[in-house]
This record gives sequence, C-alpha cells and structure tokens, in this order.
Amino acid sequence: MANPRTRGLIRGTALASLLAVGLAIGVTGCSREPETGNSQAAATANPGPGGPFTLVDTKGQTVTDQTLKGKPYAIFFGFTRCPDVCPTTMSRMALLHKRLGSDAEKMNVVFVSVDPEHDKREDIASFLSMFDAPVIGLTGDPAELERMEKSFKVYVERVPLPNGDYTIDHTARILLFDRDGQFVDTMDAKEPETQAVERLRKLIRA
Amino acid sequence: MTYRVALALVATLAAPAIAQDARKGSITAAAPWSRATSHRASVGAGYLTIRNSGAQPDRLISATSPRAAKVEIHTMSLDDGIMRMRQLPDGLEVPAGGEAALAPGGNHIMLIGLKAPLKEGERIPATLRFARAGTLKVLFTVAGPGASGPDAEHGGHH
Repeated sequence: MANPRTRGLIRGTALASLLAVGLAIGVTGCSREPETGNSQAAATANPGPGGPFTLVDTKGQTVTDQTLKGKPYAIFFGFTRCPDVCPTTMSRMALLHKRLGSDAEKMNVVFVSVDPEHDKREDIASFLSMFDAPVIGLTGDPAELERMEKSFKVYVERVPLPNGDYTIDHTARILLFDRDGQFVDTMDAKEPETQAVERLRKLIRA
Repeated sequence: MTYRVALALVATLAAPAIAQDARKGSITAAAPWSRATSHRASVGAGYLTIRNSGAQPDRLISATSPRAAKVEIHTMSLDDGIMRMRQLPDGLEVPAGGEAALAPGGNHIMLIGLKAPLKEGERIPATLRFARAGTLKVLFTVAGPGASGPDAEHGGHH
C-alpha cells in the first residue's frame, strides 16, 4: 500500500494534468495490491472496472466520474423493483456508513439504476429514502448507462418474465473506488460487518 | 392430545417473534414477514419458513393477497456475484417432515402490483395454497426496508 504522502503526490500530479492521470493509473495500479479476499484475480491482468461516465442524480444534477473525484466511493448497480438483493445491499451500505462515524462524510455511496425503462429520478429518490444514509442515486440515457455498465464490468441483462413483465439479472457486488476514481476492490453484503468497516476506513485514509 | 401438543408447539414457535405462525393440517407457516417498501414501489417480498410435519411431501403452489394485483413464488440465486431472480412456476416443495425456507437471498413470495406501499409494523394478509394442505391464511409482519428477519431492524445484522 502506498503511504499517504506518495498518494498525495500522485493525486497532485493527477490534478495537474489529465495526461498524468493515465500515468498515475498505471503506477498506482501496480503498487496497490488488493488487500482483502474479495478481489478478482483478473483485476491485475486486465484494466480494472471504471471509466468516464455522465449521468444525472435524483435532483437532475449532472454527475460524472470527474465530479466524484476527491472522495472514495462505493458504487452499486441495481434497480428499485428489485425486492431482495438491492434493499439488502443498500441497507448494508447504510449500516456500514453509520459505523464509520465521523469518517462517513469522507466517502460517497452511489447507486446506479440499471433499469432506465422503469426507474425515473423520483423512483430512485423514493427507493433511496428508505435507507438511513446519504446516497447519490444516478440514472441517465440508456445508451450511456449501458456504456458505463460495460466499462465498470457490471453484468446487466433484462429478462422477460412469463407474466409479461421483466426482471433484471445484474452484478450484486459493491465496487470500491479511491479518491482518484481508481478501482480498488469489491465487497458484498455478506462480508462481516467489522471487516467491511475496516476496509472502508482504509479506503478513506489511503 | 396431539392437538394440545400442536397448540403448545405453535405457541412456543410464535412466542419470540412478532410475526404470527399459522397452521393447517401438517403445514405450519412460521413467522411470515416482509420488508417495508418505498412510497412509489410496485413490488414487495414476503418471507417465511414452511414446516411440514406430515409423512407426505407438500407443495406451495400459489398465493394471493388483497394488497397485490398478483402474487408469485420466486427464487433468487447469486452466482459469481450476479443476482438472478426467476419465478418458480411449479411452486416450492416442502419435504415430508422437513421445511422450506423463504428468506432474503433465496426464495421469496413476490407481491406484484402493490395497491399501497408496505409500511413497517403493518400486517399484510395473504392466502397460501398448498397441493395437499389446501389454503392457509397468513399475515406478513412488515419489518424495516433492509431487515434480514422479522425481528431485525433496518441494519440487517443478526
């Protein structure tokens, strides 16, 4: 793990020039080995999940990969009509966020809807209002969402149901990104609470 | 005699949970519960453990609720981090002398076309139909939006 000073330097460089960001990705990508079990082995060989995106939050404000920089974030892709794993995961994130105490405000929790067909901004706002944490809820142009899902290596498939409706198969992992917008690791709702809080703290303090 | 034992058993099972058990023949629907939904939600989930004390397997084949346009029995799987949800068109078997668990992360009753959001603390009536035991009326006690069990708070920790 790079020490905070090195990381500060890297961040300074990144801020100074967009070109340097590309360089910093390569450098920090090697020095920052995933610390815990949940990471995919493939992440070291292939470029990790992530990339540019332009979406809107529930208030209609534009949110991009650039505007999220400055704070680490945990991002989850789901849909508001998902009755099980999405509420489970969001309430888990809310709990972890609370456990972070004063560190909580130093990171963002982001929810991206994979169901632009149904989920309007109000649906997402209403869904997220059930969880006791500030979550940035995002949606956008379906093509842009699709691009983002691909670059974030999130599996999304719309599956028609016999009743004429549809459901959406999707990756239910939480992706963790550092303050420079670099992918760090994944976590899921089943990870023991203390371990998950510890990993988020490391992310915040890195 | 057996009736009394059964009554005592039901009473014991019902005691710790807020959710109420229901029984019909060999089938007991233990601690039916649900999660609160947002005010714009059109779907909700129902969970419970179905116990079969009989010598024959039974099957939950369908369900209805006055609170939903339609009720389905669904299964959910998580493979390699990917969540998939499907309807169980033939319902869910409850083995003889065994149980079938409907719980977050697995099988659930899906309430589709909610007429009003499910509010924490409410009891949602539903009728479960079994192949052998026939119909059984249950009340799903609504817990917090991300609860992991009938008596859990939002957090989902046990």
